[in-house]
Amino acid sequence: MNAFYTLFLVLALMLIAIFGVGAAHLNGLFGVWLPYAAAAVFIGGFCWRVYKWATIPVPFRIPTTAGQQKSFDWIESNPIDNPSTTRGTWLRMMGEVFLFRTLFRNTQTKLYYEPGQEPKVAYFSQKWLWLFAIMFHYSFLIIVVRHLRFFTDPVPFLVNVTEQLDGIVQMFQPNFYMTDAMIVLGVGYLFIRRLTRAQIRYLSLAADFFPLFLILGIALSGIYMRYIDRVDVATIKQLTMGLATFHPVVPEGIAMSFYVHLFLVCALLFYFPFSKLMHMGGIFLSPTRNMANNNRFVHHENPWNPRIPPHSYAAYEDDFREPMAEAGLPLDKPLEQGAGE
Amino acid sequence: MAAKVIDKKDLLTSIDYEHLPKTGVFDTPIDFRPGTWCYPAKPEILEKLHFPNPRVWSPADVDWKLPENWKEIVHNGFKERLEKYRSFKVFLDICVRCGACADKCHYYIGSGDPKNMPVLRAELLRSIYRNDFTMAGKILGKLNGARVMEEDVLKEWFLYFYQCSECRRCSLYCPYGIDTAEITMMARELLQLVGVNINWIMEPVSNCNRTGNHLGIQPHAFKEIVEFMCDDIEEYTGVRVNPPLNEKGHEVLFVTPSGDAFADPGIYTFMGYLLLFHHIGLDYTLSTYASEGGNFGLFTNSDTMQKLNGKMYAEANRLGAKWILGGECGHMWRVVNQYMDTMNGYMQGPQMTVPRNPITGTVFNNAAATKMVHIAEFTADLIKHGKLKLNPSRNDHIKTTYHDSCNPARGMGLLEEPRYVLKNVCNNFYEMPPQTIREQTFCCAGGSGLNNDEFMEMRMRGGLPRGNALRYVVDKHGVNNMACVCAIDRATLIPLADYWAPGVKISGLHELVANALEMEGQNEREYNLRGEAFADLMEEAE
Repeated sequence: MNAFYTLFLVLALMLIAIFGVGAAHLNGLFGVWLPYAAAAVFIGGFCWRVYKWATIPVPFRIPTTAGQQKSFDWIESNPIDNPSTTRGTWLRMMGEVFLFRTLFRNTQTKLYYEPGQEPKVAYFSQKWLWLFAIMFHYSFLIIVVRHLRFFTDPVPFLVNVTEQLDGIVQMFQPNFYMTDAMIVLGVGYLFIRRLTRAQIRYLSLAADFFPLFLILGIALSGIYMRYIDRVDVATIKQLTMGLATFHPVVPEGIAMSFYVHLFLVCALLFYFPFSKLMHMGGIFLSPTRNMANNNRFVHHENPWNPRIPPHSYAAYEDDFREPMAEAGLPLDKPLEQGAGE
Repeated sequence: MAAKVIDKKDLLTSIDYEHLPKTGVFDTPIDFRPGTWCYPAKPEILEKLHFPNPRVWSPADVDWKLPENWKEIVHNGFKERLEKYRSFKVFLDICVRCGACADKCHYYIGSGDPKNMPVLRAELLRSIYRNDFTMAGKILGKLNGARVMEEDVLKEWFLYFYQCSECRRCSLYCPYGIDTAEITMMARELLQLVGVNINWIMEPVSNCNRTGNHLGIQPHAFKEIVEFMCDDIEEYTGVRVNPPLNEKGHEVLFVTPSGDAFADPGIYTFMGYLLLFHHIGLDYTLSTYASEGGNFGLFTNSDTMQKLNGKMYAEANRLGAKWILGGECGHMWRVVNQYMDTMNGYMQGPQMTVPRNPITGTVFNNAAATKMVHIAEFTADLIKHGKLKLNPSRNDHIKTTYHDSCNPARGMGLLEEPRYVLKNVCNNFYEMPPQTIREQTFCCAGGSGLNNDEFMEMRMRGGLPRGNALRYVVDKHGVNNMACVCAIDRATLIPLADYWAPGVKISGLHELVANALEMEGQNEREYNLRGEAFADLMEEAE
């Protein structure tokens, strides 16, 4: 049900753009003011969320150690999965951010039945989630980089290179970008997985389907613009450059599909800071991943550390002085003195 | 205990990962059937500790006798913790529900209950967080997975946050490192605020506070126990050891979990330590005041953890010890490795120095701040330098595997040291499958204070993956022993093995070390530390 609700929600967003521009002719609102507002909310919201996290103390150093600790020279430690240095922690973090190393570790647990025997708990390698997730994220990144050509003049070298590499498979006219297919494939898998795997379907919320549909809508509307509608890129760049240089203009003759695409992007930007998509910023602040396992040799300070003394030895001895004396255990205060109090 | 345990066949047929409840996560009624929850703390225990809302109640009751303003207390406690722990806030905010953690939890694997998926366990708390503390949750409500705090929610928290052993296996697989142990700790702290807690945790805490150990063994009785063990050692090995107790002026203070001083087979491990220290002539003392390394405060709240942990430094200072040697214990080492220096480092007296093994000269630089060394590190260093006279063939009747305890594995990374020791004292060592050992190890299903008898059904369910891995090496290699370095393991793995892989004994690491030690002045060594004749054991093994 959650999937349906959110699909309708995304379709409704598309209709809003179509009516807003097609019927109400609010080109200025949809072409300029909403994008500005969305960008402001995204940047401001993102920074605010990260700032809020960063201001909360990290009382304890709690890395999840995924390998051998550093102890003796003759025992090989795992400097990345159980880092003891800043360098190792950095490598671990970079591995998470750029390679999704933890997700690569994923397995699937099943009960495996053999006739006449108790079931075996079996662990299967499960790399599909990693593969499609990394495909999706990198496609998204490359697409964002490619889109920078709409906001820069002259277009930076790196943006051009990215675009050329992305279009290296020379198919169709206009030139086909691999990432266009890969992002749809990636999002598609993430969606299908949520529907078809019973466990994942059960735990999915509307907030899990909505961003998938939204991103899928953005990707498909973009693909439609480029390959089917063949929109006039020059006028669009006029608009986007206007936005980028803070001299907004709304040229005539921009295709409706562009406004739909842009409106969905705005919706994503608005939604981002309030959603689980903030995992993009949060991963850097995850204490089980961004800290070294060096607490036994480098002091970690807890800013709110209370000083709670233990039940003292003196009180303990007062409690048990007599039996302790009888048992011949050493005492701090001799029996007579302690008993006299 | 044994009478009430669920039949193995019933247990196995009840697990179904594919067919989930027709009702949604928050609409599925909660089931308080016996065997899935632990008894609440007795009022007199809470009174002694000055904890809130002491009363007689039962989770099976409709009325839990909560304070009138319990919602306000929980809400304010929630807010306070969001401001004190970055981990808590970040973990509540960034979960994408990818489900990578879902089938990594031993309680989920053994029960198929979706609320035992770490992601949904956290959602139980996250739903309230969304409603009370986020804008999207306030506006979108149920559609965004938010719900209003009700008594049923609190009951659900109690059920499921005491069906989590804080083993952190899920955090290993989470792409953002979300650690359910952190979530569970916070949930348990919140439950504490309104007097919802379990006796198996609170009574040890109370005992530990006053008498120095979980079991409430008083100092003279502790001395007697140690003397009995020395008598047994003398009978079986012919060597008389005389461990100092509460004595000042020794170099090392030795602290181990009190389970080792009391429960079978922990006592054999304790005897193992004593023999080892005698063998090398270590200048050490035991303490009755700090006779507990295990810290059930970790399962209570951070203040209690700090209070109990502080005894070790206090006693080291009083006795003038230079450093502390810690015994085989699981969560004790989570506390020592990740919390101790931060919480209580300020207590260290000026006499404390970076630990140095007086026998080998090795300086334990990795313990420079805490001044506390793990016994497996210590013994591994001794063996590496050839300081122990070992006869591993005495353990030839044993085919052993090794169970990594969750806390030393995922909260420290103590993986190789115990294996190195084990391989040097046992000739037959076999690893369980790689998905079930080292950092991927499975819990004994009794960690974090859940190792009581009334929780036996969940323990057997949660024990399925470990039991299954154990049976695998039993079938394949004829394994008949599982060694471990955790006192809770030594207690909980026995019924687990009896249930899932009958015929496997459980032992501590240093029990096996001591059986292999060639002691000066020893007798014929016909018996192991359990008083079993080696000849009989060899015969049995063949």
